[in-house]
Amino acid sequence: MSETSIAAAAEPTSFAFDPLSDEQIAIILKRYPPGRQASAVIPVLYVVQKQMGRLTGSAWVPRVAMDAVAALLEMPPIRVYEVATFYLMFNTKPIGRFHLQVCTTTPCWLRGSDDVVAACKRATGIQHMGETSVDGLFTMTEVECLGACVNAPMMQINDDYYEDLDGPRTEALLAAFRRGETPPIGSTIGREGSMSVGGPTTLTDEAALWNPEHYAAERRARAEAEAAAAAAAAAPPPAAPPPAGE
Amino acid sequence: MLKDHDRIFTNLYGQHDWHLDGARAQGDWDGTADLLARGRDAIVNEIKASGLRGRGGAGFPAGLKWSFMPKDRGNKPAYLLVNCDESEPGTCKDREILRFHPHKLVEGCLVAGFAMGATAAYCYIRGEYYNEYVHLQTAVEEAYTAGLLGPDACGSGYAFDVFVHRGAGAYICGEETALIESLEGKKGMPRSKPPFPAAMGLYGCPSTVTNCETVAVAPTIMRRGAKWFAGFGRDKNQGTKLFCISGHVNRPCTVEESMSVPLRELIEVHAGGVRGGWDNLLAVIPGGVSVPMITKEMAETALMDFDSLREFRSGLGTGAVIVMDKSTDVIKAIARISAFYKHESCGQCTPCREGTGWMMRIMNRMVEGRAEVEEIDMLDQMSRQIEGHTICALGDAAAWPIQGLIRHFRPVLEERIAQYKRDLLAKRPPMPMPIAAE
Repeated sequence: MSETSIAAAAEPTSFAFDPLSDEQIAIILKRYPPGRQASAVIPVLYVVQKQMGRLTGSAWVPRVAMDAVAALLEMPPIRVYEVATFYLMFNTKPIGRFHLQVCTTTPCWLRGSDDVVAACKRATGIQHMGETSVDGLFTMTEVECLGACVNAPMMQINDDYYEDLDGPRTEALLAAFRRGETPPIGSTIGREGSMSVGGPTTLTDEAALWNPEHYAAERRARAEAEAAAAAAAAAPPPAAPPPAGE
Repeated sequence: MLKDHDRIFTNLYGQHDWHLDGARAQGDWDGTADLLARGRDAIVNEIKASGLRGRGGAGFPAGLKWSFMPKDRGNKPAYLLVNCDESEPGTCKDREILRFHPHKLVEGCLVAGFAMGATAAYCYIRGEYYNEYVHLQTAVEEAYTAGLLGPDACGSGYAFDVFVHRGAGAYICGEETALIESLEGKKGMPRSKPPFPAAMGLYGCPSTVTNCETVAVAPTIMRRGAKWFAGFGRDKNQGTKLFCISGHVNRPCTVEESMSVPLRELIEVHAGGVRGGWDNLLAVIPGGVSVPMITKEMAETALMDFDSLREFRSGLGTGAVIVMDKSTDVIKAIARISAFYKHESCGQCTPCREGTGWMMRIMNRMVEGRAEVEEIDMLDQMSRQIEGHTICALGDAAAWPIQGLIRHFRPVLEERIAQYKRDLLAKRPPMPMPIAAE
C-alpha cells in the first residue's frame, strides 16, 4: 500500500472507545485464547473505524486510535501501525461519508467497470481515484476483485455491495445516497443472488431437492437391511457340521 | 447434466430460509451426532473414498490432508482453519455458501474438525464480505443456542467451538500460512514451509487450512456416502463443484455441476452462451485469473476438471470461468491482471515484489504497443524467473497469465507493436526537402 505516512493534518489529539465499542470489544476478545489477544487487532481496528464513522461521519483510523488499540491489546504500537497500513480496508486518512470502492479487476472490467468509474466521477465531481468530493460526501477508491464477479460490474459502498451496475444505474444510485436514502443492497436489476437473468437453470424441481425425509428413508432402509441380516444370522440355515480340525 | 436430486447446495440463490430451521428443512444437521459416533478414522476414510479434492485451487486430496493432523497432540489445542478469504478474481462461490448456506459450513466445521481432532475452528472470511460475515456469525450463534456447538456439540460429548474472523482486504491472506499470520494479528506474509501447519500452525499448534467449499460439502458426503459423491466426474476428479461463469456470456451465474462437465456445456447450458454466439469466443480463463487462458479451440473439448485442464497447460483452480469474446483487448485484460498481482504482492520476496511491478509496466507498454518485439521473449523469460522463486505461489500466479497470453496470442502482441510503429511514422512531420547549397 502506497499510503505509508499516517495523515498528520486532521489527526485528533486523543481517542477513547465509547460504550458501544467497549461492548463490541468484550465480545471480540472472547474469540481468542488467553494471551493471544493480538489476534483481535483487525476486528478491534474495525471497531475503531466504525466508531469514527459513527461519531465524526468519517470512518478512518487515526494514529492515536492505533496507540489505544496497542495499549488495549498489549502490543507494541508499531505492530498495530503495520497491520493498519498493510490491510487495505483501514483508512489511514479521513474519508467521505460514503466510500465508493469500485472494482476494476478483469472480470468487472470485461463487463463495463470503466462506465461505472466514469459515472462515479460525473455524479460526484471526483477527478481521480482516492479523492473525496468537495461536499465531503463521497470518496472513490479503486479496489481489486471484491468477489462478486458473476454480478459484475459492481462496487461496494461502505459495507454493502451494489451489483449488476452500468453508467445510468450508478448515477441513480449515487443520487439516492445524496438524497439521504438507503437503496436496497445487492443487484440493481433485481436478480436473486447469482442466479442467471431470466430464471435459474438448476434447482427448478423443488420436489427433487434433497431433504431430511430422504435421509429418514435411507436410514429406514439401512435399518431394515440390518434387521434382515441379523435375523438371517440368528436363524442360520441348517448347516453341515464344521469340518474336523477347525 | 447433474440432476437437482443430487445437488448439495439447494439454496444456492437464496430462495429459501438460510437460518437454522430452514437449513434443517434442507437436511443440514441431520443426525450429526451419529456421524461423529462413527469415529475420526471412519470420517477421514469416507472422505478419502469420496475422492474429494480441495476446492480452493490446488486440488489436494481432502481426506489425506485431514489425516496429517497428529493423533496424539497431548493437551495442546489443534485448529481447523477454514479459508473463506475468497479473493481470486472471477471467483464468487464461497460467498454463496456464506450467505445462503452458512449452516452447511458450520456443520462442516464440526465434522471436519472432529475428523482431524481439532478443538476449535476459525473461519477466516474476507473483510469485504461484511453481510456474508453477519450471516455466518448469526448461524454460529444459532448453532450454539441449539446446543449443536459448545462443550457437548450435538450431544456427542465432543467439545468444539467455531469462531468467525474477518480479514481486511489482502488477497495474500488466502495463502494458508499468510492466513495463519493474519489470524495471529500480523501482516499477512506467508511463512516458509516446513514446518507445515499440521505440525506448527496457528499459535504453534497443529492446524489445517481448508477451503470453505471443501468443508461445507463434507457433512453431505458423510450422509449420502462416498460412493454417491464419487459417482460424478472422472476418476481422480470426482464429485460436484460450484462453478462461477462471468465475463462475456449472456447470463452470468454461479451453478453447481458435476466435475468434468464439458466447459462448452457449462457456458452454453447455464450461462446462456457466449455473447454473440460461440464463434465470437476469443479465449477463456477456466479457473480464476491465476491460471493461464485457453483458446476457443481448446475450450471446445476441455472438461472442467483438474486433469483435463492440465493437459491444456491451464488448471481448474477455483472453477471460476471468465469468458472473453472477440471484442476483448486481450492484452489489456492480462495487463489488468498483472496490475492486480503487483497490488497484492505482500513484498516479502524480492522476485515477486520487484518482478510483479516490472511485468505490470512492460504489460502496460504492450497494451499501447510501445515496446520491441524482442521484449515479448524477455517478458516470458522474466516471468519464469519469478515462477518458483518465491515462498508462496503468488509469484507463480502472477507469471502464468502472462505466459498463457504469450503462448496463445503472440501474433496479437507483435501486431500491436507493429501498429504503434506505423502510427508513429505516420504522425512524424514530413522531412523538409534538403536544398542544395549553391
